Amino acid sequence: MRDWNLQGRNRDARLARAAALTEGKRVATADARALLEAVLEPGDRVCLEGNNQKQADFLARTLASVDPARVNGLHMVQSVLALPEHLDVFERGIAAKLDFSFSGPQGARLARMVADGRISVGAIHTYLELFGRYFVDLTPRVSLVAAQAADAAGNLYTGPNTEDTPVIVEATAFKRGIVIAQVNELVDSVPRVDLPGGWVDFVIQSPTPHYIEPLFTRDPAQISEIQVLMAMMAIKGIYAEYGIQRLNHGIGFDTAAIELLLPTYAESLGLKGKICRHWALNPHPALIPAIEAGFVESVHSFGSELGMEAYIRERPDVFFTGADGNMRSNRALSQAAGHYACDLFIGSTLQIDLDGNSSTATLGRIAGFGGAPNMGADARGRRHASPAWLKAGREARGDSGQMPRGRKLVVQMVETFREHMQPAFVERLDAWELAESAGMELPPVMIYGDDVTHILTEEGIANLLLCRTAEEREQAIRGVAGYTPVGRGRDLRMVENLRDRGVIRRPEDLGIDKRMATRDLLAARSIKDLVRASGGLYDPPKRFRNW
Amino acid sequence: METLSFEYRGGRSVASPPPSVLVGVVGSGNLEVLVEPAPLGGICRVEIQTAAVGFGTTWQAVLDDVFARHPLADVRISINDVGATPAVVSLRLDQALDAFAGGFQP
Repeated sequence: MRDWNLQGRNRDARLARAAALTEGKRVATADARALLEAVLEPGDRVCLEGNNQKQADFLARTLASVDPARVNGLHMVQSVLALPEHLDVFERGIAAKLDFSFSGPQGARLARMVADGRISVGAIHTYLELFGRYFVDLTPRVSLVAAQAADAAGNLYTGPNTEDTPVIVEATAFKRGIVIAQVNELVDSVPRVDLPGGWVDFVIQSPTPHYIEPLFTRDPAQISEIQVLMAMMAIKGIYAEYGIQRLNHGIGFDTAAIELLLPTYAESLGLKGKICRHWALNPHPALIPAIEAGFVESVHSFGSELGMEAYIRERPDVFFTGADGNMRSNRALSQAAGHYACDLFIGSTLQIDLDGNSSTATLGRIAGFGGAPNMGADARGRRHASPAWLKAGREARGDSGQMPRGRKLVVQMVETFREHMQPAFVERLDAWELAESAGMELPPVMIYGDDVTHILTEEGIANLLLCRTAEEREQAIRGVAGYTPVGRGRDLRMVENLRDRGVIRRPEDLGIDKRMATRDLLAARSIKDLVRASGGLYDPPKRFRNW
Repeated sequence: METLSFEYRGGRSVASPPPSVLVGVVGSGNLEVLVEPAPLGGICRVEIQTAAVGFGTTWQAVLDDVFARHPLADVRISINDVGATPAVVSLRLDQALDAFAGGFQP
């Protein structure tokens, strides 16, 4: 007779091995390593929580310190490789295989270790793909997560940075896995229950509060006049044109400039209430002036942002907050919202080729994808209509007689040259060479050309929806590529023809006087201005305080 | 450091030009542009000191377009560049030459 509960029995055995170390669900900080050595088995699939914001850093350090003779060959499944310990576990032989999404800060070391054969990479995912696989074929046996506080029953309070914790814990707890949480404090009762105690097996007080990276803070002092010009073009040439109500912004100064132009430039165009009302967005400090000006009705967030806690608490009509007053974020749900519920994604990139494919890959680094490919892709499964979505669909269809359907607007916003005169437009993406050197199955493309609807540079906007042939598309891209070699390789006559048809629009075609593009147009010109705009509620991290 | 020089012919003199126009700043990724009237026999001369070496053809392309927008004669344009992108160069020159020709004041 087959045993249909091997996983449950295995779980019981693990819990029994840990019994001597626990008092209820609590495990002493000093026993953290012993706990991991007791519950982990060689070859386990382990999820170590860490995103580009919140990190289960104490558990990462602890895992990197276990005895490789007892714990080895682990298969790590995790959103982000951010900390040195995330790779130390491979160096020490504790882990062998990796499935992940993003590796920003560790990208160069990861590339070296993959080349040396120290890490076997299963696949590089987007967040939603990886989360999806937690429920299909990459279900964690043991998960190591981070929360703000826990009570004796194991109920977890995450505070504003809920992020990935619900998806990780749900996948693990309901498949007879083990959930271990590091918490900043042990309390009698939590302010709100973000994860029910019944889903959590062990809680350990971390010696220091978990690390959070203020990833989405952009100092307005660093926004250039060119970025102001491009933001004016985005607002007048795209947001107003399509009536964009629901959107997601990428990270970066280009989109921060748009946020800071809403209460000034967009307001002067009479666009308040007509654009940018609903957002899937982290609580960007740069959005404060637009919120205060009444542009923004709602914001749902993937994670929180350091320093924004009090501001968010005082603006519950705008943000999603709990009964305790603090934000509840959720990366999986906000990613789904960004993909299916938004009409526009706009973000920057490093390289764009002649087909409009864009990539942030650079040689010698395996950086991964994060969430951008899901935000920056047409949602082929979308069925509900909105005016912006329908207009984009009409433009793409032309008079081809195809079945009517909408299109998501996916805008790539780049200056034609990056720092050190690196051209943003190239004949061939570095991603090809990276794929060859790192043995990847595909070049790591962030956003595929057939998903991109507009390319916006300081020279103009190319509306790729209106291009009817591959040649037109190439010339539309060359036509906004400025003085890069790709831009100078344009067919002048074709580009002028595309401009006559409105496929390419220059600032002057949009009625934008380039000389008005000064920093005076920014609703805040410094972090201090943002604090002032928030009525003193925004409390920026120290590194952003320069007064 | 690289020194570049370009000359354009066929422009028009400004009737009563200001003694000089200065825009921009000498800072990383930026540039300073000085525009002065000069008796150059109808020539518009551009002299560039740049920190970025090897971009002569890019400067040529940018300046050709600038001269097409602002065909001036008997003028000396001195540029002190600290690695500004062509976008910034174009913007600064437009600002400076508009001001020089009596239009927009930056």
